[in-house]
Amino acid sequence: MSAARVPLLASARAELLRLRRWPALWVMLGVGMLLDLLFGYVFNYLGYRSGSGSEVNERTPPDQILHGLLPGGVPETTLAGMPLFGGAILLLLGALTIGGGYGWGTWKTVLTQGPGRASAYGGTLAALATVVVTLVTAVFLVNFGAALLVSVLESQAPHWPPAADVARAYGAALLIYAMWTAAGVLAGTLARGPALAVGLGLVWALAVENLLRGVANVLGAVAPVADVLPGTAAGSLAGGLGATAFADDGTPGVLTTLDAGPAALLLAVYTAVFALAAGALILRRDV
Amino acid sequence: MTETVVSTTGLTKRYGPRVAVDDVSLAVRRGEVYGFLGPNGAGKTTTLRMLLGLVRPTGGSARVLGRRAGDPAAVARTGALIENPGFYPYLSGRDNLRVMARYHGLADDAAERALDRVGLTARAGNAFRSYSLGTKQRLGVAAALLGDPELLVLDEPTNGLDPGGVADMRRLLADLAADGQTVLLSSHLLGEVQETCDRVGVISQGRLIAESRIADLRGAASLHVRATPVDAALAVAGRVAGESAVTPDADGGMRIDADPGLAPELARALVEAGVRLHELRARERTLEEVFFELTRAAGRAGPPGADPASPRSARDGAGLVTR
Repeated sequence: MSAARVPLLASARAELLRLRRWPALWVMLGVGMLLDLLFGYVFNYLGYRSGSGSEVNERTPPDQILHGLLPGGVPETTLAGMPLFGGAILLLLGALTIGGGYGWGTWKTVLTQGPGRASAYGGTLAALATVVVTLVTAVFLVNFGAALLVSVLESQAPHWPPAADVARAYGAALLIYAMWTAAGVLAGTLARGPALAVGLGLVWALAVENLLRGVANVLGAVAPVADVLPGTAAGSLAGGLGATAFADDGTPGVLTTLDAGPAALLLAVYTAVFALAAGALILRRDV
Repeated sequence: MTETVVSTTGLTKRYGPRVAVDDVSLAVRRGEVYGFLGPNGAGKTTTLRMLLGLVRPTGGSARVLGRRAGDPAAVARTGALIENPGFYPYLSGRDNLRVMARYHGLADDAAERALDRVGLTARAGNAFRSYSLGTKQRLGVAAALLGDPELLVLDEPTNGLDPGGVADMRRLLADLAADGQTVLLSSHLLGEVQETCDRVGVISQGRLIAESRIADLRGAASLHVRATPVDAALAVAGRVAGESAVTPDADGGMRIDADPGLAPELARALVEAGVRLHELRARERTLEEVFFELTRAAGRAGPPGADPASPRSARDGAGLVTR
C-alpha cells in the first residue's frame, strides 16, 4: 500500500517536507551540534592542552579529561550534553513545530485536506521522531569523528568503546531527546502558539527544575517531587550510564539521583504521557 | 430527486452563554452554488467550520457527502477555504501546496494543476510571506481545489482581491458551476452572489432566517412610474393595473406590482389621459434589498438610522460590500 493511501504515512511525508525546508530547524540542529562540539570537545581539549582543566572545573585530572575526549569516552561525553542543553533545544523544536501550526493557521489548512486529526498529529510525531533519530545519529557520528581526531593529535591508539555501551548510550540519547521533544509538543499544544510555549518550556527546563532540586536539598518534603521531575530523569539516565554528574565536577544537568533503569522507565512514561496528552487536546479542541 | 450534499438539522454552537449558531437547518444540493449570507458575526464561519469538523457542535447534527460532518473521508472529498488562508510563511506557494497535497494523499503534480487553475504558476516559487493578501487568497483557493473535490466550501474567497482578482474569482466560480461543481459560498459581495448562486441561505444572529432560490427571494419585478399630476397618474395606473397593485412612493412616484409587459399599455393610457410621464421603468428588487429587509426584520440591519438601501451605509453597517 503506498504512503499516499495511508493517512498517517502521508501526513508524515507532508510534515517531513515542510520541516526539511524550515530554516529554524537547521538553525536549532546546527546550534545543538555546535554546543555539543564546543562543550564536549573543543573547550575540554584546549583546557587539556593548556593544562588548566576542563571547561567546568579546573580540578579535573588531565587523564580524566583525555579519556572523555578519546573514542572510548564517546558514550559518556555525548550523553553528558543532552539532559540540559540538548534537551532545551529539542524542547524548542517540539514547541515551535506544534505551536507554529497554531500561529500560522496551518492546522486549519491541514485538517481541511482530510487526513483526520489523529493522522495529522501522528504524522507530525513521526516526522519529529525522524528528526530526533537523525540528530542523535549525527551527534554520535560527529563525536566519534572528533574523538578520532583527538586520538590522532595526541598519538593515542583509538580504543573503541564496547558496542553494548554505544547502543545503551544511543538508546538513552533517543529517550532523553524524545522526552524533551514531547514536552515541547505538549507546551505548544497547551499554549496554542510558539512564543508562550517556548518561553515557559525553557523557564521550566532551565530554571524551575533546578530551583526545585535546590529547594529539595533544604526542604525534604519537596524531594519526592524533585526526584521524579523530567529533567531529573534525563540527568539521572546520563549519570547512570557513565556521564560525570555536575555534583562531581561534571556537566550541568547530569545527576545521580536515580539509577539508570528507573530513570529510563520514567523518561518513557513522561514521553508517552506528554505525547498522549497533547494528542488528546488536538483531537478534542476546536480549531 | 436531487441529492443533498450538505444538510444540517438544528445545528447549534454555544460558547458559554453566547450562542454563535442557533438551531440552523439548511440543505445544499448536488451541483448547485449555494450562497451563505449574513452580516459579520452572524455565525457563517462557525457554521462552515462545523461542517468541516474544525469546530464541534454543541447541539444538532450535520452531514456532508453522506457522512457525519468532520469525518475525514468526507473532508477529503471537500475543498475548503476558511477565513484567512493559513500557510507556512517560509515555504514557497508551490511547496506549501505540495505539503497540503501530501496531507491529502496526492502526488506533487496535483499542486501544479491547482496553481495553474488559479493563475499562480508564475509566482509559485516565491515565499508565502512575500505574497499580497490577494495572492495569499488565491493560494488558499488553490489548496481548496487540490484533489478535485466534490464539494467546495469557500468562506469569503474574494477577501483582499483587487477588481481583477474578483473578476477572476467570478470566472472561476462560473466555470465550477458550469462543471456541475457543488459550491457553498459565503460572501459579502451580494452582487457576486446574485450573479453566481442558485440558492441562498441568510443567517442573522446565529439563526437561519431564510433559505430559498434567489429568484423567489427577489420576487416578481414591478414597474416604477413618476408622472404628474400625481393624483391623475394614480387613478390611471389603478384603472390599468388594478388599484391594489399601485403603491405611492415617498418621492412622488409609484410602484406598480404588475408584469413589466404592461408598460406599453400603461404609458399609452397615461399619455391619453393628459398626464405628463417623466419615468417608467421595470424594476427588480436586488438581493441586497432583500437581504436588508430580512436582516432588519430579524433585528439586525446595521446601525440605527442607517439607510439599508445605501451601499455606503451597507458597507459601514453590516460589513457588506455591494457591487
